[in-house]
Amino acid sequence: MTKEQLTGAELVIRGLEYLNVSTVFGVPGGAILPAYDPLYDSPIRHILARHEQGAGHMAEGYAQATGELGVVIATSGPGATNLITPLANALMDSTPLLAITGQVASTAIGNDAFQEAYTVGLSMAATKHNYLITDASEIPQVLKEAKFIATTGRPGPVLVDIPKDILNQVAAWVEPGDLDLPGYKPTTEPNPKMVQQASSLIKKSKKPILYVGGGIIHSKANNELFELATKFHIPVVTTLMGRGAFPDGHELCLEMPGMHGNYTATTSIQNADLLIAIGVRFDDRVTANPSFFAQNAKVIHADIDPAEIGKVRDAQVPIVGDAKSVIKGLIEALGDEKLDTENWVSELKEMKTEFPLSYKQEDKGPLKVPYVLEELQKLTKEEAIVVAGVGQHQMWVSQHWNFTEPNTWLNSGGLGTMGYALPAAIGAKTAYPDKLVLALDGDGCFQMTCQELITASTENIPIKIVVFNNGNHGMVRQWQKIFYNSKFSASELTHDTPDYLKLAESMGAVGLRMMEKSDIEKVFNKMLEINDRPVLVDCVVDPEDMVFPMVPAGGSNDQIIMNEEDLKNL
Amino acid sequence: MSERILSVLVEDKPGVLARVSSTISRRGFNINSLSVGPTNIEGRSKMTIVTELDAVEQVKKQLNKLVNVIKIVELDPNMTIETEVLLLKVSINKDSQTSVIEKASLSNATSVDVGQDFAIFELTGSSKELDKFEALMKPFGIIEMVRGGRIALQSNL
Repeated sequence: MTKEQLTGAELVIRGLEYLNVSTVFGVPGGAILPAYDPLYDSPIRHILARHEQGAGHMAEGYAQATGELGVVIATSGPGATNLITPLANALMDSTPLLAITGQVASTAIGNDAFQEAYTVGLSMAATKHNYLITDASEIPQVLKEAKFIATTGRPGPVLVDIPKDILNQVAAWVEPGDLDLPGYKPTTEPNPKMVQQASSLIKKSKKPILYVGGGIIHSKANNELFELATKFHIPVVTTLMGRGAFPDGHELCLEMPGMHGNYTATTSIQNADLLIAIGVRFDDRVTANPSFFAQNAKVIHADIDPAEIGKVRDAQVPIVGDAKSVIKGLIEALGDEKLDTENWVSELKEMKTEFPLSYKQEDKGPLKVPYVLEELQKLTKEEAIVVAGVGQHQMWVSQHWNFTEPNTWLNSGGLGTMGYALPAAIGAKTAYPDKLVLALDGDGCFQMTCQELITASTENIPIKIVVFNNGNHGMVRQWQKIFYNSKFSASELTHDTPDYLKLAESMGAVGLRMMEKSDIEKVFNKMLEINDRPVLVDCVVDPEDMVFPMVPAGGSNDQIIMNEEDLKNL
Repeated sequence: MSERILSVLVEDKPGVLARVSSTISRRGFNINSLSVGPTNIEGRSKMTIVTELDAVEQVKKQLNKLVNVIKIVELDPNMTIETEVLLLKVSINKDSQTSVIEKASLSNATSVDVGQDFAIFELTGSSKELDKFEALMKPFGIIEMVRGGRIALQSNL
């Protein structure tokens, strides 16, 4: 029997179907054009973004919400360079992403052809791995490898660059075979000896803290984490990437530590005698100056990426493995042990009462983001997927929103990419059309990718966007206020340009505005009612408001600035 | 800081050298010497990387993350056979030629090409021996020189 002959382009689309890809995000262009021809006839849904950066963040949002592979397609040259930001973002936040880019014809590569860029070279440091296809027959196997690498071990982005002539080359469809990756064998099962050592440290500990992050969510280990924490009464801090891995509101949940973490979460680490760090990387936003970080604590550090262990902080017990297997191992090794943490838990409980997150919303005064957020969550009956950008609003959402489920909090944690929220929300809503998806954004962030509102309207993806409009790059302004003598250099945006209502309307969305306390319920109820198109709420907030608590970069987590008063003592 | 020698087995795929060197440089680490060549196994190449790093553990871990890197072994300098090759082109004239040839032969360098006013020597040996030979030739006028990068094998494996 002769094998079915397909073009490289058809092999790409067939390959994606074979890998159960149901949705791709992208922007067409010259070099990738052959692939868009068979895509038209494929059951795969293509979402046409208005910019490749947007397409990339959509694929990330899709992947972060589902825990599955997100796929983005772009053309050569500028299409590929516009993808660098989402690739770097996905690498930092360990998001499984597959990027397929067109390339100029293999005969033209290296000749500075029209729309040529050295995509493999440019994306090398922004991907987990990448490929340049040199023969169409490689395509099915490479796509299978790419998905495997993107979704296993520590997940990350993989790029496959395909020259236009290869997309037109005819080759047989051969079902991908076993993978031959001698240099890629992630360790998922922890060494039992290390787990034993960890459990003996835990047994001796009087003040343990479970310091957990995105690794729990990637590994879908939240139920195991819940069992470990509650069975042995160990308090939990959830990092920015780990919010939702352990339910907020639980008495053992201390929520987010670090630069803008709450007092108790940050201080619990400082006072702990043992950190059980799982799926975290001791990021500088958590540790501040590492020499002052958790000075009295021994460290158990479990991660699927061996390079994270000992990178910032030496661990007494290093464990390489998948979070779920590690936690299961710990639960088994601890058996029926009763930990003596009662005093520790009540000490932290008192601390929470003594040092709560605080803000002051005056009846007639300008709106404060934390208040608006808390009101919004009260009005939201169902569990929403919440997406944020980067900056003040992101920190306030992480602080004040109650996250109880994994994969319901999407944000750009590591790279800090402004413009992430709107496209990522589109990606999440594409995956879960029946779920409420809220993009809670800042005005500076929103303006970086706001054209994707058109994508949401035209592709019928009814997300809801709240732009916290303080007319400024709020976090930049906050730092200028604290560290640059209130010299507000280039941080002002003006809050009335653009007119968000007209902008929303012109892009096929509904625009609503919220100025004061009495608007909140009415406007949010209206926003929640509209489900046939996107809604944008222009929420005008106080530009003077600052995010607290705060530990300045490079400072010590023992010196937490709690409010504006504390700034005077700096 | 003492020298650390890494022997890195990699897949012989396009771009693997760029991946390895960019991984090292993007973390701010320096390379003293890097050499790469085929091995006795088809499709596998070996890189010998010499660095002066306290952070060598981190470099190893970062390199291990590369999909095309199969195995990294840090060689113990006390149990390692290490060698390097040098080609050196030196000026000669009637007055100097005897002295140049004598010094070269005492250094165990082989003459590989001789012209009217130059000679090219090849020398294989430790980096120190190569340094010494270079210093010996310097007064005569080195026209051009190239060193091949250090390669190493552990002797007790």
